[in-house]
Amino acid sequence: MAEQKRYPAKPKKAYFFATCLVDLLYPEAGLAGMQLIRREGVEVIFPQDQTCCGQPAWNSGYRDEAREVALRQLACFTDNYPIVVPSGSCAGMMRHHYPEMFRERADQASIEAFSSRVYELTEFLVHVLKIELKDLGKPIKVALHTSCSARREMGVADEHEALLKQLSKVELMTQARKEECCGFGGTFAVKQPAISAEMVSDKANAIADTGADLLVSGDCGCLMNIGGHLDYRDAAIEHRHIASFIWERTHATEG
Amino acid sequence: MQQRVDFHSRIEQALGNPQLKASLRSAMDGLMANRKACFPDADALEALRLRGAQIRANALSKLPQLLLQLEQRCTQNGIRVHWAESVDEANGIVLGIMREHQAELLIKGKSMVSEEMDLNRFLEAQGIECLESDLGEYILQLAGEPPSHIVAPAIHKTRQDIARLFKEKFPDIPYSDDVDTLTRNARGILRKKFYAASAGLSGVNFAVAESGTLCLVENEGNGRMCTTVPPVHIAVTGIEKVVEKLAHVPPLLKLLTRSATGQHITTYFNMISGPRRTGEKDGPKEVHLVLLDNGRSRIYEDNELVNTLRCIRCGACMNHCPIYTRIGGHAYGTTIPGPIGSILEPQKAGLDNLGELPVASTLCGACAEVCPVRIPIPTLLNRLRYERIRSDHDGATHGQGSGRTRKEAAIWKAWSWLHRSPVRYRLALTLATRLRKILPLGLGPWTRVRKPPRIAAKNLHRRAREEGFNDR
Ligand code: SF4
Repeated sequence: MAEQKRYPAKPKKAYFFATCLVDLLYPEAGLAGMQLIRREGVEVIFPQDQTCCGQPAWNSGYRDEAREVALRQLACFTDNYPIVVPSGSCAGMMRHHYPEMFRERADQASIEAFSSRVYELTEFLVHVLKIELKDLGKPIKVALHTSCSARREMGVADEHEALLKQLSKVELMTQARKEECCGFGGTFAVKQPAISAEMVSDKANAIADTGADLLVSGDCGCLMNIGGHLDYRDAAIEHRHIASFIWERTHATEG
Repeated sequence: MQQRVDFHSRIEQALGNPQLKASLRSAMDGLMANRKACFPDADALEALRLRGAQIRANALSKLPQLLLQLEQRCTQNGIRVHWAESVDEANGIVLGIMREHQAELLIKGKSMVSEEMDLNRFLEAQGIECLESDLGEYILQLAGEPPSHIVAPAIHKTRQDIARLFKEKFPDIPYSDDVDTLTRNARGILRKKFYAASAGLSGVNFAVAESGTLCLVENEGNGRMCTTVPPVHIAVTGIEKVVEKLAHVPPLLKLLTRSATGQHITTYFNMISGPRRTGEKDGPKEVHLVLLDNGRSRIYEDNELVNTLRCIRCGACMNHCPIYTRIGGHAYGTTIPGPIGSILEPQKAGLDNLGELPVASTLCGACAEVCPVRIPIPTLLNRLRYERIRSDHDGATHGQGSGRTRKEAAIWKAWSWLHRSPVRYRLALTLATRLRKILPLGLGPWTRVRKPPRIAAKNLHRRAREEGFNDR
């Protein structure tokens, strides 16, 4: 689904867009993403004026409200550096939906230029930084849940896996129907709680069946959903953002 | 039929039925695997889907002109063409044809448009018997239920359900839950009826404008019987089913059968180009084509929503939909369920009636990923969510703005007010962080099956500053 993307050479500087969920609930994941980039010799810029990509309102039909917020983000990342986002969902919003959102505007070209600078974190690590990871952790079994937007909108499911496969002591477990949505869907989980509960419980079962010790995901929405459900069940499966996990396993000597 | 029954209670009912869940899961897993096996080469599949999308988009771009051409060519071929703006008109046309021939029995092949018309009930009220001859549809007719899937209408029923139903309806036939025996029994009952019926009805998969050909895809041979054995054949279809050229049929057919059931080709593919000609020994004496609008031309008016009409009714979007797989087709309460139903039906019945359907999606995109004609279903769901709450009255969709509540609008206004100002946003972050021990995060339905998330002791804005990441 994602178009064939061309990746630039390693830049001197890169912007980081936290996403509001990471900002408030999973800051360590954002920090880990920034540290991974910095370790590769790229200066990371975190504009303090950033807030949210606007997706919650956009997906609820409140388009004007979403636009007002999106415009603020456009104003934060004006220099011609890549914009790295630790979420397939928010990256998908900024890369694919911003041009659609401002379709009728005179400065459409500059919005498209902005969007073409947006990268999801794992694709940035793999294709732009060509990162090589040295695993310093203990052997562990890990299940990966790739969000629907990371998989289908951004087309970065392979990049998530490629990074985990670089970690020599990590055994990547594959759950049944790994492509299926976990049932988060933003406000869907609240508007259709019964269907969402069914979906997340099926997802948790599939993950538990693999015998994994840990669940990782590149999207905090899914983590909050599946992880929250695993905790509710008192399942002995931890959950972490893929950036935190990679940073924790690779930074001890270099960090 | 569309009706405003409580969507939520139907969902609860479906989710509370473990047998339904198991049947749907295994049926959908099977259909997905079959489709996948049919498309081993991803690049070839993408090229074919692109071709399919182009063919359908091309046909829609010239729809009025192609429909006139279709009418002209069909008429030349001896097919009588009827235009129906509404379901009532279409039913009236079919009734008129039946009356003209003093016909008392209509034997039907599978047709979703006839479901849309609620034709069986209409004709039966007029004293005309309708008999479904597609096995799945026949089972549902016996059970008095509507289809729950557009390709496999009785997919929600188990073999045992069907065996019990047959025993109840035909006590003389010994009970069996063997699929072959059940099929043989049904065939025996139906076969006689084909000879007794004075008219046969079918749908249309593609109506070819340049040649006036009606294409019909099927697996049981009942479609061929319905369209050739009785003296009168009535084809009913939506106006969007037209394609420009015969050469456009093979790619669409390839996409349709593979996407629907994972077959390289179906057992039967019928190309109907007119009634029996002089000297021919078989075929109907009359062929009628009923072209139904029923809201389609209104959908056609909108540049973006028109893509809804590309659909070739393969059912792949429902087979791959995690929601459909959980709740089944009946929960939607519409003729067409699943992702395509959630964009098509609210546009026809109005967002005031079916506005909840576009909201009941995670926008996961599994549907658009498999749709053989690349309908951007999530984008259209999003568009309808907007139409549902927009407060101006500029659009053309029925029931526009009907889902807007003052409370929700106020929440999003406040959300925007907060997130469009970095100062206010940072203030709110700090506040939330300070109050994190007492803030009621994720109250309500979220925490029914989940532990609430925890607000971090320091937000990323602060940590970025502390760790020396520059602001610009
Ligand atoms: S929307 Fe696409 S996938 Fe769904 S039934 Fe129509 S053609 Fe098939």
